[in-house]
Amino acid sequence: MFKIVKRQEMAEGTVILNEIQAPLIARKAKPGQFVILKANEAGERVPLTMAETNPDKGTITIIYMVVGKSTALFRDLKVGEGYQDIIGPLGKPTHIEKVGKVVCVGGGTGIAVLHPITRALKEAGNHVICILGSRKKDLLIMEEQMKAASSDLRICTDDGSYGRKGFVTEELKDTLEANKDIKMAVAIGPVPMMKFVSKLTKEYNVKTVVSLNPIMVDGTGMCGGCRVTIGGQTKFACVDGPEFDGHQVDYDELMKRLQAYCAEEKNCYNDYCTLRDAS
Amino acid sequence: MAEQEAKKEKKEKIARHPMPEQAPEVRKRNFKEVPLGYTPETAMKEAERCLQCKNPSCVQGCPVGVDIPGFIKLIKEGDFKAAIRNLWTKNSLPAVCGRVCPQEGQCEGLCIVGKKDKPVAIGNLERFAADHERMHGTGELPPKQKPTGKKVAVVGSGPSGLTVAGDLIVKGHDVTVMEAFHKPGGVLVYGIPEFRLPKEIVFSEVNFMGRLGVKVECNAVVGRTVSLDELFEQGYDAIYLGVGAGLPRFMNIPGENLIGILSANEYLTRANLMKAYLFPEVDTPIPKGKDVIVLGAGNVAMDSARTAMRLGADRVRIVYRRSREEMPARAAEIHHAEEEGIEFFLLTNPTRFLGNEQGRLTGMECLKMELGEPDDSGRRKPVPVKGSEFKMDCDLVVVAVGSGANPLLTQSTPDMKLNRSGYIIADPETGKTTKKGVWAGGDIVTGAATVILAMGAGRKAADSIHKYLTFGW
Repeated sequence: MFKIVKRQEMAEGTVILNEIQAPLIARKAKPGQFVILKANEAGERVPLTMAETNPDKGTITIIYMVVGKSTALFRDLKVGEGYQDIIGPLGKPTHIEKVGKVVCVGGGTGIAVLHPITRALKEAGNHVICILGSRKKDLLIMEEQMKAASSDLRICTDDGSYGRKGFVTEELKDTLEANKDIKMAVAIGPVPMMKFVSKLTKEYNVKTVVSLNPIMVDGTGMCGGCRVTIGGQTKFACVDGPEFDGHQVDYDELMKRLQAYCAEEKNCYNDYCTLRDAS
Repeated sequence: MAEQEAKKEKKEKIARHPMPEQAPEVRKRNFKEVPLGYTPETAMKEAERCLQCKNPSCVQGCPVGVDIPGFIKLIKEGDFKAAIRNLWTKNSLPAVCGRVCPQEGQCEGLCIVGKKDKPVAIGNLERFAADHERMHGTGELPPKQKPTGKKVAVVGSGPSGLTVAGDLIVKGHDVTVMEAFHKPGGVLVYGIPEFRLPKEIVFSEVNFMGRLGVKVECNAVVGRTVSLDELFEQGYDAIYLGVGAGLPRFMNIPGENLIGILSANEYLTRANLMKAYLFPEVDTPIPKGKDVIVLGAGNVAMDSARTAMRLGADRVRIVYRRSREEMPARAAEIHHAEEEGIEFFLLTNPTRFLGNEQGRLTGMECLKMELGEPDDSGRRKPVPVKGSEFKMDCDLVVVAVGSGANPLLTQSTPDMKLNRSGYIIADPETGKTTKKGVWAGGDIVTGAATVILAMGAGRKAADSIHKYLTFGW
């Protein structure tokens, strides 16, 4: 068992942080890599990109939004309890190098994944402008950590309850206008956000990295369930990614493929909630 | 001697005992094992059919050299305990081999009785001996040599890895098996369906290894969690790589990323390893197609088609670009599939997949094929018939057209040579790779093959590893 040593609720309880004992993974993991978690015997294998690793303590941290039965099962695990299986680190790490000025754009729990990448880019000597978005102030996560990890932090909320009112793309457009020397963008968040960020950065000819999280089973290139179209070619996100050139991704296909088990997942989650409430 | 054998055959006019099976109409909708197994009486009777040849051809047909007349004689005498112990000396996985080996092309194909009559049911008898031990056995372990102090890492817990582990543990070495999945067994667990090889049997065989002293570490992705060089640093003296082929091939035609098109690896892994046929009792879903097409005609295609039928399909069709003669599946698997109502669309090749606005599969466009000149494989090459385009409706396609070499481990081991297709180069006699202290065998060397061939490679490698640990490289 992989024991949970720290648990924290964020964003009004919709987002959960778990710090988990997994020394072999913590020792090897690099920013951008993911793990596959399975709560119990009947559980599903769920891929999640790591938000933090601590090789000295032998822990990894994941931050996820509760969206279905599997993440609800994860949410209900307490400190001292744990995951039956964790596999990793999987996928290719983020390529970190000094390019000069970089913009990092994050939304939702994508911010958690963006955090170690932002920090590594800054540590590599880049000037990192960071733009974070959420629907409203109380749903924003990791503001303090992101402030520390970046050179310059900007916040956008859909309802204007905090920072600039509007989508991250509006702030990004102004940032790109004002900083013609931006060499690279990293965008991690909901698929539509990554799609529109990539569309915008393409107009400014700024190389853009996105991190994809399609449906997966094994995470080692064996099943092909996570296939995505990149520049007209089929790639496996688990081994060829999870990061890809944002300008080459077929986001519409990805959004559709993420709906593959929509009906099954909904029924499964409803059954779980009913059972849980009853007990 | 031939005269003597002929005499014996005359004396014992016993017909081969058929394996009792679940009726096709019943089994096509459940996941329980199809063949039910011999009773002790049937097994002893069937064992009487063996001529006990002095130079048995059957043994030559066995990639791991099982003493076939020997264990059959023991069954005939009713000494089932001795029969399984005889099997164990050559085969670490008899319950598996008795079920999934292609005996018709190996031991049974060479059986002398089979020249005039049906061959001795060697596979069924092997299965009987293993099942009898599992259900009624004493649990007494085979003898083990004293510890050598040498450590061996076996990467992959499929048939070849388990064979290496089983062989080396009894020779006194300290063996650890590393498995990337959360459960051991490799293809025996994720690939071969429950109705052909109950998972309980695989876990029992793995437990047997555990009782012998083999350590099994799951969730260990060698190449990611740990590299080969790190394993040597940790004190391992030798490493065996039996990681399987593990890279699904697709058709590479338009529309292949529509929802409802899965590789056989994904479809079978969901059904077998994740037990998705029990959804929603388990959390992993599987698409339940009503009108299912399986592309390919090997054993994996048959397994996929029969799984789809059990998941409640109204119709399951195998679509294959060559003709019946070229179908690579075992005759028994094709027969079972046909009995269960699987239809065969031969000399047909899809050219594109069709979908709706939600990105879900609705059908595929196909071409009729005809056979031309033989190709590299010696089989007649299918050639499209001009103007033969037609459409097939379907809501689920399982692509079972073979697999390639998964690069995950090999890419992280640049000092080990690969062939042009990405398979590991290993000496066919010893399994030695070009990296010192590292052996490889099974599908990652040969490309996708059978359980028993992988076990045969494991046996040779285990012998070579033992020599190395005793005498040096």
